[in-house]
Amino acid sequence: MIEIKNLTKRYGDLLAVDSISFTVAPGEVLGFLGPNGAGKSTTMKMIAGFLTPSDGSISVCGFDVEKQPLEAKRCIGYLPEGAPAWGEMTPAGFLSFIADIRGIAPGVREKRIREVVARLGLERVFEQPIETLSKGFKRRVGIAQAILHDPKVLVLDEPTDGLDPNQKHEVRTLIQGLAKDKIVIVSTHILEEVHAVCTRAIIIAAGKVVADATPDDLEARSRYHGAVTVRADDLDAMKASLAKVGGVDEVLVDLEDKVVTAFPCKGQAIFGPITRLIQDQKLPVHEVLLERGRLDEVFRTITQTGARS
Amino acid sequence: MSPVAVLFKRELGSYFATPVAYVFIVIFLVLANAFAFQLGGLFERGQADLRPFFDFHPWLYLFLVPAVAMRLWAEERNTGSIELLLTLPVTQNQAVLGKFLAAWAFVGIALALTFPIWITVNYLGDPDNGVILASYCGSLLMAGGFLAIGSAVSAATRSQVIAFIITVVICFSLLLAGHPLVLGFAKLALPQWMVDGVASLSFITHFTSISKGVIDLRDLVFFGLLIGFFLYATSVVIDLKKAD
Repeated sequence: MIEIKNLTKRYGDLLAVDSISFTVAPGEVLGFLGPNGAGKSTTMKMIAGFLTPSDGSISVCGFDVEKQPLEAKRCIGYLPEGAPAWGEMTPAGFLSFIADIRGIAPGVREKRIREVVARLGLERVFEQPIETLSKGFKRRVGIAQAILHDPKVLVLDEPTDGLDPNQKHEVRTLIQGLAKDKIVIVSTHILEEVHAVCTRAIIIAAGKVVADATPDDLEARSRYHGAVTVRADDLDAMKASLAKVGGVDEVLVDLEDKVVTAFPCKGQAIFGPITRLIQDQKLPVHEVLLERGRLDEVFRTITQTGARS
Repeated sequence: MSPVAVLFKRELGSYFATPVAYVFIVIFLVLANAFAFQLGGLFERGQADLRPFFDFHPWLYLFLVPAVAMRLWAEERNTGSIELLLTLPVTQNQAVLGKFLAAWAFVGIALALTFPIWITVNYLGDPDNGVILASYCGSLLMAGGFLAIGSAVSAATRSQVIAFIITVVICFSLLLAGHPLVLGFAKLALPQWMVDGVASLSFITHFTSISKGVIDLRDLVFFGLLIGFFLYATSVVIDLKKAD
């Protein structure tokens, strides 16, 4: 359980985090979203116990991060932004140091290291200095370090930043595969990731929480939620046909992608009527797509209006 | 193992994981012996003691110890590993102490490797080994003082070059504090008790008194307090500069 109350961080005159409050329950994978400089990393650094809050409190597993920092830190695994490590060490030496400093019992120590190394595929680079490793491996070493002591709370600051699509997929699978009784907080810029791994998303802008919902709910806020996109050759004719369908609010033509998108009036389902229309009139189409909602559009709308207010 | 011991082991190991440690040790040994024999005239004096050897230690440390200390915190801050270090279940004081002790032990190893010169004087004559032991202790304490200052300066910056230069300047001022030239100037402007205060900060005065074989509690307290004060300052500076 993580409880954050009125958490505030000031850097001189700059208000980086402005009295945010939320709780995270075991089993939740929380996606932490927001534009650069919105206060994501600052918040995560405060949860991990690196920065001291200017105001407010954080409790992790029942321990106050400021008053009982060691107890709180023991139940957190933290991957700082950019996955820093000591470059001259090998993953073998690095993980063994982490095991020692985290006080992992000698009996289970070797077994834990072996498990984590296998899980992240570090066998091949186990004896190479970390500074000589590729970005992907460095990130994996950082994640290995964070999960080594099997923490109840895992805080990952941009775990997939700079990874190739395969590596991103691996990291997401790993997060999904973590035991179901854990709390995972992941910050990211990549919106598709939120849908792939998170059960809940918090968007912050200008230091404030501007949205706190499931990814599905967020998508439902999109103008595109329930919209129908049709790919066809004669876009103008298609636009005219779609505009006549009941429940359609507006039809937009995207000349670049050669598609027409029909937006529904609020609460109306238009996919059925449109497919029937296409079948009945035998309209020539290449593709008909029901939009789920576009997170990037929701993100832009929320963060821009949120930042202004 | 206590957290300080684990940190100490990692730090000391990392010195020897790169060529830096070996380069440092070789340069230290070459300079220490060159100063003792060429400038100090260890042979020509015809006396079985190591005074010419130890007399140059303050000046040797002036450049070599800041080179060890500069990376202590500046590098951690620069690579971001400070964030990893301080989110592990260790207190900040444990981290400061573990890193300092490792650096101190490293300089201690370099110092211990000067033992052939001790064997040499024992082979050639009959020196007072008690005085030599006291001198080694004094030399190590002085290195600890330089290192603690370097640690605090290193915590204030990301740049190792800046950390090095500022540490050299501070250590140089402390070395010269007991010099007649400095005290002469101080006497012109300051009351006597302040002049005495400046003089009592002198590294050389304290080191010389220990290396004569007289282990005075005041000299030990001086270096102990100095190290303690600058390690505390390191911790304060880390706190202040964390967010940068």
